[in-house]
Amino acid sequence: METLTKIKYRGKRHRLDRPELLAPAGNLEKLKFAVHYGADAVYIGGQHYGLRSGADNFSLEEMKEGVKFAEKYGAKVFVATNIYAHNEDLAGIEAYLKGLEEAGIAAIIAADPIIVDTAMRVAPKLEVHLSTQQSILNWQAVKFWKDEGLPRVVLARETSLEEIAEIKSNVDIEIEAFIHGAMCSSFSGRCVLSNHFTDRDSNRGGCSQSCRWKYDLFVDQDMVNSAEENKFTMGSKDLCMIEHLPELIEAGVDSFKIEGRMKSVHYVATVVNAYRQAIDAYFDNPVGYKLKPEWVEEINKSANRPLNTGFFFQTPGAKEHIYEAEEKAAPYDFAGVVLEYDEASGIALVQQRNHFKPGQEVEFFGPGGTFFKQIVGQIADETGTGLDAARHPMQKIRMKVDHPVKAMDMMRKKIR
Amino acid sequence: MTVKPELLVTAASMEELVRLAEAGADAFLLGESRFGMRLAGEFNLEKLLEAVNYANPHGIKIYVAMNNLIDNETVPLLPNYVRALANAGVDAVVFGDPAVLMAVREHAPKLKLHWNTEMTSTNYATANYWGRKGAGRFVLARELNLDEVLDIKRNTPMEVQVQVHGLTNIYHSKRSLVNSYMDYRTSSGTVESSSLVTDKDSGLYLIEVERQEERYPIYQDLNGTHIMSSDDICMLESLHELMEAGVDSFKVEGLLKSPDYNEIVVKAYRKVIDAYFANPESYQFDEDILDEIKAVQDPDRELSFGFFYKEQVY
Repeated sequence: METLTKIKYRGKRHRLDRPELLAPAGNLEKLKFAVHYGADAVYIGGQHYGLRSGADNFSLEEMKEGVKFAEKYGAKVFVATNIYAHNEDLAGIEAYLKGLEEAGIAAIIAADPIIVDTAMRVAPKLEVHLSTQQSILNWQAVKFWKDEGLPRVVLARETSLEEIAEIKSNVDIEIEAFIHGAMCSSFSGRCVLSNHFTDRDSNRGGCSQSCRWKYDLFVDQDMVNSAEENKFTMGSKDLCMIEHLPELIEAGVDSFKIEGRMKSVHYVATVVNAYRQAIDAYFDNPVGYKLKPEWVEEINKSANRPLNTGFFFQTPGAKEHIYEAEEKAAPYDFAGVVLEYDEASGIALVQQRNHFKPGQEVEFFGPGGTFFKQIVGQIADETGTGLDAARHPMQKIRMKVDHPVKAMDMMRKKIR
Repeated sequence: MTVKPELLVTAASMEELVRLAEAGADAFLLGESRFGMRLAGEFNLEKLLEAVNYANPHGIKIYVAMNNLIDNETVPLLPNYVRALANAGVDAVVFGDPAVLMAVREHAPKLKLHWNTEMTSTNYATANYWGRKGAGRFVLARELNLDEVLDIKRNTPMEVQVQVHGLTNIYHSKRSLVNSYMDYRTSSGTVESSSLVTDKDSGLYLIEVERQEERYPIYQDLNGTHIMSSDDICMLESLHELMEAGVDSFKVEGLLKSPDYNEIVVKAYRKVIDAYFANPESYQFDEDILDEIKAVQDPDRELSFGFFYKEQVY
């Protein structure tokens, strides 16, 4: 059997259909920014059955509002219902799924076959996508789920690009793959460290990230590492495929998924923005496509951890793990969001999202790669009273900007 | 009156299998790591046939582990393997990946199927889903509590298998994490060179900084890195609660244990099961039997009730 990759290398074929860019949205605001910055679809969590019990998560009313907002952009909203259910979780599944269908949700992302099965039965307008929690690595299992009626699977993060191409060539189904964000270093779903260490059920959203804790390694009674050196850990670097989009596109990946329902609105907008530009640039001119350094720079400004390419090209080794103490924050921080801009005066109304003050260097950016740096000049509150700093969260600040901006453009500041 | 449950154990070798059969085992879980996960030992087809030939006349069952996360490369090997298993006369195949189910349905439809996805086999409705696809047995996740186990038994027509003794896997990665750490130490100049035996007999374990009392065994094999629980489940004194409920199969996990230890454990469970069924109404647990296990238990590994009497949050 010939894989797509082999076919690709033989000729000069290029794929014609654009893959979907799928972004996380931890709450309604993040949903709006993800869509505005170019996501074709977003995935969110509801009040139940999702794996991020710590995220804000959407009520049905918020979902409806999110769907309505997304529709204006031609974007879709998916809901993660990716827990492995226990007996006590079963009773409410039907009603919940019907509620999602009614709210206009396009698809659920499910791992537990009983949620898959129930959705097909009671909510026929909901598409069912199989979650990465099923840890699928082979085309035969993909075919099983296609025969069950699923239009899409999210493969295990452990599949290589070659394996994805092979699966695509064997089964006509949409493949969604994570291309960016934090990763379980275990097979997703095959880790109960949280259950053992903290009595929190990882497969129902209680993960305490024990894989990122520090461990001493022993053989019999002897410690292998010394007390002074960096300890053993399972913690993985974060995934980033911005430099390899053509390979992903030509392997046949249909949906590029960004991880991070717990991440900030600044993170989501920055990452979506970079991938949106790269995908569009590729399809505008596949032959002449070149990676732009600014996309990588932008991504690095939002990165919480060092980055790597996961399993796409090879099994991760020492370089793909984090043994040193982690830098806690990204090098840049969200400082404000543009609400209005007055062209005549060049003054923008900016909603404060983090402390900033006159004299500080900030960056403005918007969808499609608009970008400039400037020094913050005089700032004033809405009534025109001058301020020495923007201290109050959500406070509306008037400030002069060096270039035109638009509503929903963002302002960030360097923090280290 | 419920039916006497099966006592299912693992074996690392033919020699251990015979010892544990004589100690009272009713069934064995065997296999090879090409298809099966975290096995006590390797039983290729030839050895499996030997095991079946020994087991059959004794009324002992042989189940074969095919519970790996199957990759593309393994898919074409499945038809021949399941046909060979059927021809060898094994009693069932244990699966988690739908690829195995499809291969069995097409190439060895008479083989019985036991559904086991380890930590993600958590409710009866999903079990019944796989039951409708052809599975006859549901192997329960070890992270369930007793109420959940009993509720599952009441709500499924499938056979229910529960692990009652030994360690459990708590983390599985495709990555070679011990090798990576050793490579990191070399490349960062901490050590000049490092080599470490990392297989399941290597005696490697982890201690988390805040939990000095707990030792978590870790090892690498063909299927990646496995981290195991720091305690050994021991349900011996509560076994009657599971027997009253009619649980069909009790599994003793013999992985990372010596045949001597496993023999004592199997004998103990055999005694308790037989004592209960001799007269369920007047059954009293005999502490002395537990003491036999305690006498050989590694003092650094706690005997615990696992999650049977725990409440988890999320």
